[in-house]
Amino acid sequence: MHPKRKKRLTLILFLMAGLSIAIGLTTYALRQNISLFYDPSQIASGEAPGDVRIRAGGMVEEGSVQRDPDSLRVTFRVTDFESSVTMEYTGILPDLFAEGQGVVATGRLNGDRLFVADQVLAKHDENYMPPEVMDSLEKAAARAESNTAQSIPEY
Amino acid sequence: MWQFFHKLGSPKWFYGIAGRWMPWLLWSGLVLALVGIVWGLAFAPKDYLQGNSYRIIFIHVPTAFLAQSVYIMMASAAIVTLVWRMKLADVFVKSVAPVGAVLTFLALFTGAVWGKPTWGTWWIWDARLTSMLILLFLYFGVIALGAAISDEKSSARAVAVLVLVGAVNIPIIKYSVEWWNTLHQPATFKLTEKPSMPVEMWLPLLLVVLGLYLLFGWLAFVRMQTEILYRERKTHWVKTLIRPEGAA
Repeated sequence: MHPKRKKRLTLILFLMAGLSIAIGLTTYALRQNISLFYDPSQIASGEAPGDVRIRAGGMVEEGSVQRDPDSLRVTFRVTDFESSVTMEYTGILPDLFAEGQGVVATGRLNGDRLFVADQVLAKHDENYMPPEVMDSLEKAAARAESNTAQSIPEY
Repeated sequence: MWQFFHKLGSPKWFYGIAGRWMPWLLWSGLVLALVGIVWGLAFAPKDYLQGNSYRIIFIHVPTAFLAQSVYIMMASAAIVTLVWRMKLADVFVKSVAPVGAVLTFLALFTGAVWGKPTWGTWWIWDARLTSMLILLFLYFGVIALGAAISDEKSSARAVAVLVLVGAVNIPIIKYSVEWWNTLHQPATFKLTEKPSMPVEMWLPLLLVVLGLYLLFGWLAFVRMQTEILYRERKTHWVKTLIRPEGAA
């Protein structure tokens, strides 16, 4: 390669590297602001501020959804499998809202560490599956469970 | 390798080669994309959770994928512009920037249409969506800057610098779903792992992606040929091409 071109190429590569480091450090410093939501363990450890609107996200705990029979109020626990947060929401939930699914909620933590949400969004994961496959997977899981349940008395 | 690279310095040579490749790119791209789209939209199984609304993936993922690939190609061409001062590299950047902008817009639009029923919102300022919007503005910036400077050489250099600076956004888009908490889900397709999707769903998707790549190649060649004819309009070879000796 021509020495002049080599010099230009090195200069460009140096500038690109410098720029990437600068942007990397900036986004690293701003990571709290870039992250869309706090996980339940961040809330449990007191990392999330208590009296302002924040977003919290995680998995809806199995068996934790309780609907108020007289109104649209729903309470449920959201977990990241380390700690969990109890949320309360009044309104219509998105179609994908279900136990075991991810959610991101906007709201405030009140004094009793109850998260009062004014918006609940469903977070979809990266897995896609035809319904029949899901069915057979669930059946297999149920069979495995009943097998272990039956085998307990032997021990 | 270097010989091929140096040949690229001749717009006339490229004009001829592009013309020979174009029908192949167009027809193979059309067939692949159509088969993939019909298979994906009509015959692939529906998702256990989202039902049929997940099918927008067959348009959303290919356009989003291409939008980023096109930018990476533009950044490589920008390095060639700055280091080798090759005219053809600038022709490429200016020809494909509007195509990239349209692809980015389509990705954002289909994502919003899918987001409303799935997430519950059209738009959210999470890292993936915001960085994709920045990509759209980068494309607009490249188009505007290229059009604003009339001198061919300074326009080429200014655009190349802008494209290279904006290239930092590409890894941010790619890893945004891993570095930060976002509403957008992580990638279903990874180079090192099996896709988290059955084969009868990802195969049509792969066909659409490949088809769209080929169609992009065709469109890039069409636009580059036009741009070359315009830039070389004063040369002998273009004059004889447009108005053969006998007719003139």
